[in-house]
Amino acid sequence: MRATRRPSAPHDHPHAHSPATETISLEEKVLARNDAIAAEVRSRLAHRGIVAVNLMSSPGSGKTTLLERTIRDLDGDRPVAVIEGDQETPLDAERIRRTGCAVVQVNTGAGCHLDAAMMRAAVNKLDPSPGTLLFVENVGNLICPALFDLGERAKVVIISVTEGADKPLKYPHMFAVADLVLVNKVDLLPYVDFDLDACRRHVSAVNAGARVLALSATRGDDVDAWYDWLTAPAIR
Amino acid sequence: MHELSIAESVVAAVCERAGDRRVHSVRMRIGAFTAVVPDAMQFCFGLAVEGTVADGARLDIEHRPGAVHCRACGADTDLADMLLLCPCGSADVAVTAGRELQIVSMEVG
Repeated sequence: MRATRRPSAPHDHPHAHSPATETISLEEKVLARNDAIAAEVRSRLAHRGIVAVNLMSSPGSGKTTLLERTIRDLDGDRPVAVIEGDQETPLDAERIRRTGCAVVQVNTGAGCHLDAAMMRAAVNKLDPSPGTLLFVENVGNLICPALFDLGERAKVVIISVTEGADKPLKYPHMFAVADLVLVNKVDLLPYVDFDLDACRRHVSAVNAGARVLALSATRGDDVDAWYDWLTAPAIR
Repeated sequence: MHELSIAESVVAAVCERAGDRRVHSVRMRIGAFTAVVPDAMQFCFGLAVEGTVADGARLDIEHRPGAVHCRACGADTDLADMLLLCPCGSADVAVTAGRELQIVSMEVG
């Protein structure tokens, strides 16, 4: 306490006057619990040869449409299952179920992202068979899901050409964690002002290691490169 | 609003360690590359402590700027944003600071 302090000065640090207080050093990661659960999930999945791919994007980028096509096109190659994250409604799970694929819907309510505990509960409920390719469709949001490790093998960020090529610069945290960036709806390129090369440069600026693939989930343009990526040794 | 989940994690961790003792303040370290906004964190912390032994506790935040080490020229540079580029032009950089998201300490009694 400074000697010049007047006795009437407001007590903005009331705790300092109590002799019983003690400062405890913690030095722990805030997300230590989440990360521990994610590590447990990752180990369990690896043990059973299950590969989890976390799909993240803003709402409306085409995650569910991409999954519907991917499930149909990969039909029979290996078991596929989906964990659907949304704030409300089972609508996306119903779309996936119509493809014949095993699916679990997780509704986060007010929550803006999936976390590792939700992932663990969903995996327990789904109980995927060994060798399954497990897609996790995260809550549509380009910010919050970036922070939460789910125990996945890879993170895929999807951006559609109707959103603007500058999204990687506007939402750098999300693009910084991506292993792969998919630019969807390229069938709409003739009708929108979207510079694909600029988008690739912007992804590189925040994440030099990310691959970028452009495709159309509705029309099927260039989806083979996506399937090749999914079956590459690094993912298997 | 991931800050609410994070605030709940912080409050759960400190309350567990505090036991029956009252938590007067908590100190966190937040890096510039973590997507955690200090103002939002303060707001959510105030909500998360309600009804716990940390009710009314003050949150002190140590902000850490981001920094990268360039593998091309060897320079260490502080960065104001997430464009991971060395001033030499190379994008072959390793993030050396800015990803901290830690509970540093707490004051109990």
